[in-house]
Amino acid sequence: MQVSMTVNRRAVTADVEPRMLLVHFLREELGLTGTHIGCETSYCGACTVLVDGRTTKSCTMLAVQADGAEILTVEGLAQDGQLHPVQEGFWERHGLQCGYCTPGMIMSAVGLLQENANPTEDEIRHGIEGNLCRCTGYHNIVRAIEYAAAKMRGEEPPPPEWEHEEVIA
Amino acid sequence: MTTTVHPKTSPEVGGIGHAVRRKEDDRFIQGAGRYLDDIVLPGMLHMAIVRSPIAHGRIRSIDTSAAEQTEGVVAVITGQMLAEHNLAWMPTLSGDTQAVLATDKVRYQGQEVAAVVATDPYIARDAASLVFVDYEELPAITSPQQALEPGAPVIRDDKEGKTDNVAYIWEAGDKEATDAAFAKADVVVTLDTHYPRSHPSPLETCGALADVNPATGEATIYLTSQAPHAHRTLFALVAGLPEENIRIVSPDIGGGFGNKVPIYPGYVVATVASLLLGKPVKWVETRTENLISTGFARDYHMHGELALTSDGRILAMRASILSDQGAFYADAQPSRFRAGLFHICTGSYDFGAAHVTAKGAYTNKAPGGVAYRCSFRVTEASYLIERLVDNAAWKLGMDPAEFRMKNFIRPEQFPYRSPTGFVYDSGDYHTALREAMKLVDYEGWRRKQAEGHPEGKLYGVGIASFTEVVGAGNSKEYDIAGIKMFDSAELRIHPTGKAILKLGVRTQGQGHETTFAQIVAEELGIPYTDVKVQEGDTDNTPYGLGTYASRSTPVGGAATAVVARRIREKAKKIAAHLLEASEDDLEWEPGRFFVRGTDKGVTIQEVAFAAYTNPPEGLEAGLEDVCYYDPPNMTYPFGSYIVVVEVDPGDGTWKVVDMAAVDDCGVRINPMIVEGQIMGGLTEGFAKANMQWITFDEQGNCIGSNFLDYLVPTAWETPRFKLGATVTPSPHHPLGAKGVGESATVGSPAAYVNAVLDALRRAGHPVENIDMPVLPHRVWGAIQGVAVKP
Amino acid sequence: MYPPRFEYSAPRSLEEALDLLAEVGDEGRVLAGGQSLLPMMKLRLAAPAHLVDINRLPGLGSITDTNGEISIGALVRHADVATDPTVAAHAPLLAAAAPWIADPLVRNRGTLCGSVAHCDPEGDWNSLMLAVGATVVATSREGTRTIPIADFVVDFFTNALRPGEMVTEVRVPKAGPRTGGAYLKLERKIGDYATVGVATHLRLDESGRIAQAGIALTSVAPKNLKVTEAEELLVGNEPSDELFAEAAEVAARTCQPTSDVRGPAEYKRAVVRTYTERGLRRALAEARGEA
Repeated sequence: MQVSMTVNRRAVTADVEPRMLLVHFLREELGLTGTHIGCETSYCGACTVLVDGRTTKSCTMLAVQADGAEILTVEGLAQDGQLHPVQEGFWERHGLQCGYCTPGMIMSAVGLLQENANPTEDEIRHGIEGNLCRCTGYHNIVRAIEYAAAKMRGEEPPPPEWEHEEVIA
Repeated sequence: MTTTVHPKTSPEVGGIGHAVRRKEDDRFIQGAGRYLDDIVLPGMLHMAIVRSPIAHGRIRSIDTSAAEQTEGVVAVITGQMLAEHNLAWMPTLSGDTQAVLATDKVRYQGQEVAAVVATDPYIARDAASLVFVDYEELPAITSPQQALEPGAPVIRDDKEGKTDNVAYIWEAGDKEATDAAFAKADVVVTLDTHYPRSHPSPLETCGALADVNPATGEATIYLTSQAPHAHRTLFALVAGLPEENIRIVSPDIGGGFGNKVPIYPGYVVATVASLLLGKPVKWVETRTENLISTGFARDYHMHGELALTSDGRILAMRASILSDQGAFYADAQPSRFRAGLFHICTGSYDFGAAHVTAKGAYTNKAPGGVAYRCSFRVTEASYLIERLVDNAAWKLGMDPAEFRMKNFIRPEQFPYRSPTGFVYDSGDYHTALREAMKLVDYEGWRRKQAEGHPEGKLYGVGIASFTEVVGAGNSKEYDIAGIKMFDSAELRIHPTGKAILKLGVRTQGQGHETTFAQIVAEELGIPYTDVKVQEGDTDNTPYGLGTYASRSTPVGGAATAVVARRIREKAKKIAAHLLEASEDDLEWEPGRFFVRGTDKGVTIQEVAFAAYTNPPEGLEAGLEDVCYYDPPNMTYPFGSYIVVVEVDPGDGTWKVVDMAAVDDCGVRINPMIVEGQIMGGLTEGFAKANMQWITFDEQGNCIGSNFLDYLVPTAWETPRFKLGATVTPSPHHPLGAKGVGESATVGSPAAYVNAVLDALRRAGHPVENIDMPVLPHRVWGAIQGVAVKP
Repeated sequence: MYPPRFEYSAPRSLEEALDLLAEVGDEGRVLAGGQSLLPMMKLRLAAPAHLVDINRLPGLGSITDTNGEISIGALVRHADVATDPTVAAHAPLLAAAAPWIADPLVRNRGTLCGSVAHCDPEGDWNSLMLAVGATVVATSREGTRTIPIADFVVDFFTNALRPGEMVTEVRVPKAGPRTGGAYLKLERKIGDYATVGVATHLRLDESGRIAQAGIALTSVAPKNLKVTEAEELLVGNEPSDELFAEAAEVAARTCQPTSDVRGPAEYKRAVVRTYTERGLRRALAEARGEA
């Protein structure tokens, strides 16, 4: 079947089998490998993208369902060489380690901050509960999103936490 | 004594002690990492594996005709075909053998039976479901106890003369001295507990992309590998390929945690398929495949005993283990230690005698026994002693902190020889525990606990004061499959003063590209941003054993420091030449040599340029060296974790309401990265204590084959952590650093479990033990006074 | 990870969709949010020959306030239920439960009607629907009929739809004054299927007696279980801790849990008892305006 959609502000058209998942379309057909696959039960969120502005697990949507949709993947976040504040937050607050969950986590955070510009820690944790991370323990991801939220509101982000005293025994 | 550590270098140079942003993150936050599944080669084919649906059965026949006739299918590979090339079996990392594709029997659910290669991954999966295997089902053995019963069916009948299911027997320590100490004990405390089967399940599953050039026979194998060099050697030995024709490339790795240490059948089959078909063949596991077939961890049934005096001193320890090895004995561990480093189970405590016995059994479960964010079974060891110590304090009516303080190895006893033969390099356990108690307000929580919870819940406070053993080797004692455990670093300073550092280890998220650049920055004063760190490609990095068991900083980091110092020595000669001064008159400050007492000096960058353009007579050009570092000893990081929980007696649920973690990993190179490692580990410890395990039904079906059943914590449940640090440098590491990647996974599980038990005990429920995961129904059962299964 | 092949249609009108459903019969499945169906297809546990994607049908995506009822269309996502002001005002129990269904990403795509139609006994929505007394609207070429939720939920993954029918809306009675409810869910982690879920709903009359009661259970029977006996016990009586304990006892006695990796049956039964009591107390507090 023929599908047409806008991906990262660019119009694309392709012929796909109905069974092709959106995540495979993005990765295999368009070469946008920033969107990852971490499971097949729609649990891990590594494949999160924005579909018409809503965070969506691209492994749980068919490419044909995205016909006519506007898709934003991690590759489309930075514009004119300028990182998105969420990307910057993840970098500044050590919100990633192996980087595999990161694109999905970042997209979820972008979606969350669209709906709630000043989330509490509980709201952030609740907002990213569809994205699994095996490395960080989430603590610094929360700090990264707080950093981005502050930046997006035009405020100074809180300082990093790792500047505390070490005890020399 | 409290002091703040001040870095010696400026923030721009970014040497040791600077919490600089990670260099690798730029690509990851933009989706520009390059993981295995992102790699596409021209003409690439896709492979899917046909797996056994049953746990134990004899293969009567395999019908591949329907699969072969599917449009788009290029080949169907069976064990028989591999057997013709003598590749149906391969060695494991523990000297056992493992089936690549089953020829005789299947021995666990999910075992590899055949593989389909097709032009498209969808078609490969379609055709895999058309491979029909006829099995004669055999009774499944699902526990090691069952496996060792007389008359149990022999799982490994492929091994000639094998008449039982014993995988190994091992012991350590001094039985006589231990027995004598127990004879003198006032009190003996015992504990039987199962450290359940778990799986590292990194978010990226395992995979391979094999590209064998049909003309030259050169094989480039992209592999999700924590140990690419060791894997190349093993590939050469298994497949009989000349080693110079094998290039392993370990691209960006989406987490490893031990899961990517072994060689898996899929890797071998993809390589054989590429060799036979002359095209690149990609195989990437699904999550289910990852969970049911690749390296599990733990699964130790442990019995422990402590001999005590009535005033609260430990005299001796006994431990015996029955391990569930699955169908093939495949622990990733040094070959002389059959139960890994479990014999470090005397932990942080000073007593005279210990004796450990271990036995492993084959069962109809997936093989593995990998060191899941753990240094070869030290996690199980630490768990056993920390649970035993807690039970001892409870039985003696002592506060668990006070009991620990009384029995800790004292600072002046280091280096300390443990009763099972480890030599702990350095430590100050009392200070770490005191700091953790301050950080969490231990006394405050005890008061609240005594006052009672406002809503009728139960407060509990749990402690774990662990000692880890990481950074293998030395190479005399430690090896993997016979390859000695040193590691390497190769450093070249380019003429413009920028550098490239190549290592034998392989990062999977630990931040090597930053940390190791910072070591070079510290030693040579070259800004860390000017140091490119390269790992993972066996053609372009020096030989090393890889990254696991928290060994990268202890071994690869030491190699980096040593090679940088060697380069500084050579640089000094060049500087003397440039400054027309004697080497003896030169002094070093980060990034610059200068003539003592003058402002005359040259920067390292100027020296680097001269190394290629104006070297002194008699000195080779260039500024480059390599170091193979063989550590004199392991490093022994330690720490104290205190967890406060709130238990709901109505449904047995519990939640962490406070937690303090004080870690001592010696000198911290990048404090930000160190804390990130610790928080990740605390979360994995929580996962295992709270929810994450793999179990099996009586037929050997895996319960926990996907993320709906294998529970991995989200941001919501994960506790919020307070971190503290003490710094006791390693006396033998060139930088005083110890490993840290695994401390928190090793140390924390006991703290969570101790906290829940403390809540129950202080509410009047005399509960000896709850096995992990401490599931709500188990807590509820303990409160009701009934043992609740499963 | 790779679904088997199927035919796919994306009709643009309800008529077209109903024609297609009639044509494909048992071989076809409606694709709405797809958050349960697509994972099953990826695991190859489901292999429908024909998917009728209803996402492009007009008029099914809204929540409307009609005489005494709130109508939730077939394309309303869980996330919409969580944030919709009409739901918040007139079905606060649903609004409170919605943010705890699955996870935010699934909530953005999965539909309430789809969950109701799925009849997974471990699904949360049908317990809530049973507690509040919802009605399902089913449409086919033959016309439209309304089915009380208690009749719609037939058995394990089995609903009362006839061949060619699809759920086009779910109607929920408006809560009105002096009502309260709770959905208490024991889950091993957030987003997990319930080990035990208990939905409670109470309406008091002006004298403070219980005028209407709803209790339904998740994951402890082959289907979401309405505990009619406990409801009848409550109605007409003065609320009290003793009465609630008695109702909870009935719920615990009525449920049919099985022992599995989430816990033994006796444990689940005990949690049903605890949660029914807690839920009723919470519902009462809310109905009295104390919550």
